[in-house]
Amino acid sequence: MDKDGNALTGSREGAIELSGAEMVIRALKDQGVRHIFGYPGGAVLPIYDALFAAEGITHVLCRHEQGATHAAEGYARSTGKPGVVLVTSGPGATNAVTGLTDALMDSIPIVVLTGQVATHLIGTDAFQECDTVGITRACTKHNWLVKDVNDLARVLHEAFQIATTGRPGPVVVDIPKDVQFKKGPYIMPDSVRHRTYKPRTDPELGAVVRAIELMAAAKKPLFYTGGGIINSGPEASKLLRELVKLTGFPITSTLMGLGAYPASDPQWLGLVGMHGTYESNHAMHDCDLMICLGARFDDRVTGKIDLFSPKSKKIHLDIDAAQINKNVRVDVPIVADATKALKEMVHFWKTQRRKVDAAALKDWWKQIDAWREKKSLDFRNSGTIIKPQHAVDRLYALTRGRDVYITTEVGQHQMWAAQRFKFEEPNRWMTSGGLGTMGYGLPAAVGVQMAHPDSLVIDIAGEASVQMTMQEMSTAVQYDLPIKIFILNNEYMGMVRQWQQLLHGGRYSHSYSEALPDFVKLAEAFGCVGLRASKPDELDAKILEMIDVRRPVLFDCRVDQKENCYPMIPSGAAHNEMILSDAEDSAEVSDEGKMLV
Amino acid sequence: MAVAAKTPRIERHTIAVLVDNEAGVLARVIGLFSGRGYNIESLTVAEVDHAAHTSRVTIVTSGTPEVIEQIEAQLRRLVPVHRVVNWTTSTPGIEREMALVKVSGSGDRRVEAMRIGEIFRAHVVDTTHTSFVFEITGAPFKIDQFIDLMRPLGLVDVSRTGVAAISRGPEAM
Repeated sequence: MDKDGNALTGSREGAIELSGAEMVIRALKDQGVRHIFGYPGGAVLPIYDALFAAEGITHVLCRHEQGATHAAEGYARSTGKPGVVLVTSGPGATNAVTGLTDALMDSIPIVVLTGQVATHLIGTDAFQECDTVGITRACTKHNWLVKDVNDLARVLHEAFQIATTGRPGPVVVDIPKDVQFKKGPYIMPDSVRHRTYKPRTDPELGAVVRAIELMAAAKKPLFYTGGGIINSGPEASKLLRELVKLTGFPITSTLMGLGAYPASDPQWLGLVGMHGTYESNHAMHDCDLMICLGARFDDRVTGKIDLFSPKSKKIHLDIDAAQINKNVRVDVPIVADATKALKEMVHFWKTQRRKVDAAALKDWWKQIDAWREKKSLDFRNSGTIIKPQHAVDRLYALTRGRDVYITTEVGQHQMWAAQRFKFEEPNRWMTSGGLGTMGYGLPAAVGVQMAHPDSLVIDIAGEASVQMTMQEMSTAVQYDLPIKIFILNNEYMGMVRQWQQLLHGGRYSHSYSEALPDFVKLAEAFGCVGLRASKPDELDAKILEMIDVRRPVLFDCRVDQKENCYPMIPSGAAHNEMILSDAEDSAEVSDEGKMLV
Repeated sequence: MAVAAKTPRIERHTIAVLVDNEAGVLARVIGLFSGRGYNIESLTVAEVDHAAHTSRVTIVTSGTPEVIEQIEAQLRRLVPVHRVVNWTTSTPGIEREMALVKVSGSGDRRVEAMRIGEIFRAHVVDTTHTSFVFEITGAPFKIDQFIDLMRPLGLVDVSRTGVAAISRGPEAM
């Protein structure tokens, strides 16, 4: 082997002998991994020892294993490459569970390597032992406990294959400490063929043709797109844009799909769902053809399921067959990779010389324009107090012309960001959609900035969420990652407060952020920059200061405490029963509606 | 206007799952059912091809047609799964179950238990002066019937294998 451990390759016969720990590093290199996020501990010390001498792999020491997994997610979502995490046994593994579940819900490819106690100690309640594969079985796409070093190289390569292909997702490889020390044969990635895992990616052409026929006949069509487009790669976004242009149909997107279609385009209706725009949700309700591409009819999108889009035929493209007919019955399912399916859709639309029903489409757009006139994202600005919507708008305006990536935490600020920050490209928007993980955005920003060191990475945050993973500011300082944590500080868990106002008679049970730290002093304590804006007239200058400083920043943006996030579909209501402002919130919510979260 | 609530149609289905015989594979199958709130009425599992390292899991489950469709789709997503076949909706299948049934008693009750055992073609695999252990094979409802008949005759213990199923005709699953 050469000094980098790189030069020697071998077939199975001439396989090189490596220790389990060396195999891990070698497999990461052969998989093209450049960055890993981790935290050492007793049961992964041999791997950390192998990492010590390794070149070409940068290890990012996070401050908590949850932070490491979210950083890996941010890395994966902003690059399209798998994020890799290395943690120890026991608490290292259990702390990773939230990130694993988050990645499972949002289909993010991450490979989490966990140390385990030595094989002879497994089952003895040894120090820092936990049943990692048992605990993570329900929150991974697949997981392995590798008890024999002879299986390790194959399993590591399978792990990358399974995480990144088909519907992407998180995987865990649990490696006992003795297996890390033992020597065995290392095999190359291309010699691994999985026995059972063969995800289907090619569309059935008959289904594509049926879809095209429905599209040509539609009078009130609507594209409803999701994270599947982003996950399929930039080519899918290009093809989506082509198909939308070819047809002239309106398009809306889920939270996960933002950026697949440019928000500046006139055919773009904005976000759909609980806090989506008036025009998107009314179009969902009234359309006669819904073309769902890489979205999964999540309850945040559908609202009350039996009132969901009652008049439409539905086309559903998804790479995961289990999503078809799960929540909503569809007319034309297409189980395939989005890029491949979109390619065929564009191809058949062109070669069959399909034309839309132009007259009907004109009327449909007229209707949509009438809904747009509601201007559902408008808000009443203030000259004395910073409105959170205004803060997001200014942040958007002042970052134009820059290479921007946005992450968020979870809550009102997340919805305001999704509504108002306009994304033109895929992979620019990192948010916890399915699991709704408060504390996601700050470590995710760390991962994004590692992958894009010269870009402007901003976490649009809330003061409650950000405290959940605040310790990762140290990571940002250590690795000189100039992430900007833009906190919309309303001193409340804003979305909880909003629901308590709407559904629980204004009884604000434990949703006030008592005993808040002074974020400016806190920033200084971390060794980064603290900024505060309390008045609208100082906001722009402070935002520009934040952008210009090449260091991590905690920005304490003091906003209106009582502002609610609208428009909103109240629980248990249909898409055409949106409320647009506090003035309309007297709408009665049924008991059934209250039970929905 | 009040809309009458539709009563969901609950169906019983027998599903065979061919899996790689690897550690934890049964936990994946069972975890899928418990995690998503599906029913398991019976479940049997054993290795069926030692050389190919495959096991066959046979699950009897119940649910609405939509839930059954989801169960099959979710099972197919599991990485170590080779094949999933629903014997209730695809090719007609044969279902068999075996039970060991212990009956304790003496006198007329003991004679009656023996007589019913003969009617059901149950084998006596253990006997003492005061007990029998019957081995009975058949469709699950036949075993249910047998157990019901044994109840007043001194039934003390039952062990059932759960359903094993296979298709009719020359084809493999």
